[in-house]
Amino acid sequence: MTITPDSPPSRFNRFMDSDLMFSFLSSKLTVVSAIITLIFFVAAIFAPLVAPHRPFDPATIDLLDAFTPPVWAEYGDARFLLGTDDQGRDVLSTIIYGCRISLLVGFAAVGLSLLIGVGVGLLSGFYGGWLDTVFMRLADVQLTVPAILTALVIDGIADLFVPPSMRETLSIVVLILAIGLSDWPRYARVARSSTMVERNKEYVMAARVIGVGSFRIILRHILPNILGPILVMATIGLAIAITTEATLSFLGVGVPPTTPSLGTLIRIGNSFLFSGEWWITIFPSLALVLLVLAVNLLSDWLRDALNPKLR
Amino acid sequence: MFLKLINRLFQALMTMIFVGLVSFLLFNFVGDPISNMVGQETSVEDRDALREKLGLNDPFLAQFARFGSNAVSGNFGISYALQRPVSTLIAERMPATLELVATSAVVAIVLGVLLGVYTGINRHSWISKTIMPLSLIGVSLPTFVIGILLIYIFSVTLGWLPSFGRGEVTQIGGWSTNFLTIGGLKALILPSTTLALFQMALIMRLVRSEMLEVLRTDYIKFARARGLAPRVVHFGHALRNTLVPVITIIGLNIGSLIAFSIITETVFQWPGMGLLFIQSVTFGDIPVMAAYLVLIAAMFVFINVVVDILYLIADPRLRGRG
Amino acid sequence: MDDVLLDIRGLRVEFPTRRGTLVALDDISLALQPGEILGMVGESGAGKSLTGASVIGLLEPPGRVAAGEIRFDGQRIDDLSQEQMRQLRGKEIGAIFQDPLTSLNPMHRIGKQLVETIRTHLPVSEAEARKQAIDMLREVGIPAPEQRIDSYPHEFSGGMRQRVVIALALCTGPKLIVADEPTTALDVSTQAQIIALLRRLCKDKGMAVILITHDMGVVAEIADRVAVLYAGRLAEIGPVREVVQNPQHPYTKGLMASIPVPGRRVEWLPQIPGSMPRLSEIPHGCAFSARCEFAHDQCRAKRPPMQQNENGNLSACWLSVLEQAETGGRHD
Repeated sequence: MTITPDSPPSRFNRFMDSDLMFSFLSSKLTVVSAIITLIFFVAAIFAPLVAPHRPFDPATIDLLDAFTPPVWAEYGDARFLLGTDDQGRDVLSTIIYGCRISLLVGFAAVGLSLLIGVGVGLLSGFYGGWLDTVFMRLADVQLTVPAILTALVIDGIADLFVPPSMRETLSIVVLILAIGLSDWPRYARVARSSTMVERNKEYVMAARVIGVGSFRIILRHILPNILGPILVMATIGLAIAITTEATLSFLGVGVPPTTPSLGTLIRIGNSFLFSGEWWITIFPSLALVLLVLAVNLLSDWLRDALNPKLR
Repeated sequence: MFLKLINRLFQALMTMIFVGLVSFLLFNFVGDPISNMVGQETSVEDRDALREKLGLNDPFLAQFARFGSNAVSGNFGISYALQRPVSTLIAERMPATLELVATSAVVAIVLGVLLGVYTGINRHSWISKTIMPLSLIGVSLPTFVIGILLIYIFSVTLGWLPSFGRGEVTQIGGWSTNFLTIGGLKALILPSTTLALFQMALIMRLVRSEMLEVLRTDYIKFARARGLAPRVVHFGHALRNTLVPVITIIGLNIGSLIAFSIITETVFQWPGMGLLFIQSVTFGDIPVMAAYLVLIAAMFVFINVVVDILYLIADPRLRGRG
Repeated sequence: MDDVLLDIRGLRVEFPTRRGTLVALDDISLALQPGEILGMVGESGAGKSLTGASVIGLLEPPGRVAAGEIRFDGQRIDDLSQEQMRQLRGKEIGAIFQDPLTSLNPMHRIGKQLVETIRTHLPVSEAEARKQAIDMLREVGIPAPEQRIDSYPHEFSGGMRQRVVIALALCTGPKLIVADEPTTALDVSTQAQIIALLRRLCKDKGMAVILITHDMGVVAEIADRVAVLYAGRLAEIGPVREVVQNPQHPYTKGLMASIPVPGRRVEWLPQIPGSMPRLSEIPHGCAFSARCEFAHDQCRAKRPPMQQNENGNLSACWLSVLEQAETGGRHD
C-alpha cells in the first residue's frame, strides 16, 4: 500500500475503499437483498406511478374481471400479471399499494420505538438513580411478555377508546402506536448500557469539566457514539415491525380492508384458498416474505460488519 | 444470589399487579359494565340498584382488591358475547392450547438446540452452509404465512392433512386430548409445525451464536491445548457453558409460543384460548380479554421463576460458596 | 547439537487477507535442548505467541505454516494430522496461557478437569487419575489438595488458579511446556512465586520451557537462553547473560537500555524512536532499518543473515556481519 501524499483520496474513494463497503460488495447475497429492498421502497413511494392499475378507485375496477388467474395460467389476462381478486382488482397493484401501508407503518413504528427507547436509554444511562430504576423495571416487566402480545393488547385497548365512526381513519395511527410502544425496551436497554460505558470515558469527563451542559453532552457526544448498535437493532426492528403489522392485520385487528396492507390482503385472500383462487393470498404472502427476508439479510450483514470481534 | 431471587420474585409480583390493574381498568371503566349485562329496557333505578349491588360505587381500591381476590379464585364473570362464565370457557379451551404449545415446544427446542450445536461446531460444513440461509428464511416467515403455505401445500393441493379444527379428540376427565387417536394426531401436525418452525429457526440461530461465542473463550483454547478429544471439548466443555443462555432462550421461547399460538389457532381455527382471545378482542368481550391477560401473565411469571431456578442448577458460580 | 528436543527451521506463518498475504512469522529458526528454558521476548505483535501456537499446533485459521518445519523429539510435527497432533498436545507438549481467570472452565470442578486430562493421555483408572491429580496439586503448592480438588475455579484466587493451570499442563509429564505470558495477569508478588514454582518444576522434571513474555526481568531471572523477536523475525538469540549484557542487535541494545536498573539514577530512560511496523508495511531489507540509528543503504536493500559472534550470540544485523568480516580479514 503506497499512498501518494500530494493527492489525498477523495471522500468518495475513501468510502469505496472502506472495510464496510468491501464487506458489502463481497457478499452477493447482501447486494441482492439491498437491491430488493430498494425496489420495494421505490415501488411503495411511487405506487401511483408504478402500479399498472388503480385498485382502490371504483371507477377503474370491473367486477367482471374478478378471479382472473395469473397471466401464465389458463384463462389468464395480459392486463393482470398476477391475476385479480374477488372484486376484480389487480393483485400486483394491490400488493404495491399494500407495501406502501406496510412500510409506512413499519417505519413510523420503528421511529416511535427509537424515539422512546433511545430517549429512555440515554436518560437512564446518563443520570442513573431512581429514574433508571423506574424505567428499567418498566422495561423488564414489558420484556417478560412477547412484543406481539403487547401490541395486540395495546391495539385492542386503544380501539375500545376510539369511537366506531373514527375507527377506520384512526386504525393506522392506533397500529403505529401499538407496535411502536411494544418494542421500545430493546432499544432502551442497548442505549442505556452503551451510554453507561460512554459516560465514564474521558472525553465526556473533559466536556463536563469545561462546563458543557448535560443535554448537549448527551446529544452531541454520547448519541453519535452509540449509533452503531442502535442502527443494527433498528434494521432488525423494521423487519419485526412489518411482520407484527402484517400479523395484526391478518388477525383482523390492524389495517381495515379499505386501505389494505400486505397482512390485510393475505387475510382477504385466505378465504379463497380452498376454492382454488390461490393467487389472491399467495402472492401478497410471497411479497411479504421477500421484503422481510431482504431486510433481515441486510441487518444480519450490518451486525457482522459492525462487530469488531468477527473481523 | 438469594437477593437476586427475591428481586425476581418482586419483579414477578409487579408484573402480576400491573397486568391485573390493566385488566381491572378494562373491566370496569371501558364502556359501562351495567349496560353490557342488562337489556335496553331496564330502568335507571334498577341499573343503580345493580350498580350498588355489584359494588361499582365502592372506592377504587376496594374494587381492585375485590377484582384481585376474584381473579385468584378464578372468577372473571360472564362473557358478553357467549353469555357463559369465563372460567368455564377458559377451562374448555385450555387443553387445546396447552397440547399445541407443548408439542411445538418439544419440536422447536429439541431440533433447534441440536441444529444450533451442530452448525456452531461445524461452521464450514456444507450442511451448515445449507441450514443457515434456510434458518434466516425461517425467522423471516411470519407465523401466519407459514400456516397458509402449509395449508396450501398439504391440505389444498395434496389433500393429506386436515387444515382446520382439532379433528378427533378423546375426553379424559375434564381434559380433551389429541394424542390418543390417529385423526387427532394428524390434525395436530400442521398447526404444531407452523408454530414450531419460526421458534426452531430462532432457537437454532441463538444457540449457534452462543456456541461460537463459547468456542472463542480461553478455557476452550486451553482444553484444546490439553489435547482433549474434540468430542469432549465440544460437548463436555462448550455445550455445558452455553446452558445458562440456552435456558434463557428456551424460557423466552415458551412464552413466545404461547403468544404466537393466538395466530396459529386463528389460521387453523384451532379451538384454544388464543382463538377465544382474538374473538373477544374483535367483539370487545372485556371479561374474556381480562381473564386471558391475567392467565397469560401468570404463565409468563411462572416460566420466569422456573428459569431462575434452573440457572442456579446450571451454573455453580451462582450457587455461592461450599 | 545432537541432543535436541525441539528444532524449528525456517518457520514461516502466513495470514491470507483481502489486501494480500501477511507474513506473520518469517524464517524463524531455533532449537531447544531437553530441560532448557528459552525466553522469548518482543513487543506485542512481534510473533511470540504465534511461534508458541505453531509449536502446539493451534494456529488460529486462516493462519497457516507456509514454509519450514518443526521437529519434536526427532519427529516432524508440523505436518501431523489433527488427531495425531492432539494426542501429542497435552501429553508431550503442555501449554499455559496468560489469564488464569479465564483458562479454567467455570462449570467444572478442577478435579474433573485434571482427571479428564490425565485419562485422555494415560491408561489409568479413575481412582488412580484422581490420586495423581491430588499429588500434582500438592506439587504446585495448593494447600489441602484432598479437599480443594472438588472446588470450582471461582473458589480460588488468581495466583492459586494459575497454579491449577500449571498442574493441568504438567499432569501428564510433558517434555516441553509452552508458557504464553504466564504471569502477566498476576500481581507482582504472585508473579515471583509462580516464576519460582515454574523454575523449580522444570529443573525437577527436566522439562524444557518456551517462556513467552514481554518482561525482560522475568527472562533474566529464569531463562537459560533468550530469543528476541521483531516484526515476525528473529533479531537475536543467545545465552541470557550475553544478550542482556552484550547485546549485538541494535534493537536488543535499545530494549536493554530501556530497562531501569535498580540503584542507578538516570534523568530519563532511553527509548527506541518510532514503533514496530505493521505486518503489511515491513520495509525491504532489515525490518528494523527504519528505526535504526546505524542503518545504511545495504540495511534497506537486503535482509541481513543470522551471524554468530564469539560468545554464542546469533544476531541478524549487517553491522555485526561487517564487523566480523573486518576482524576475520585482519586475522587472515
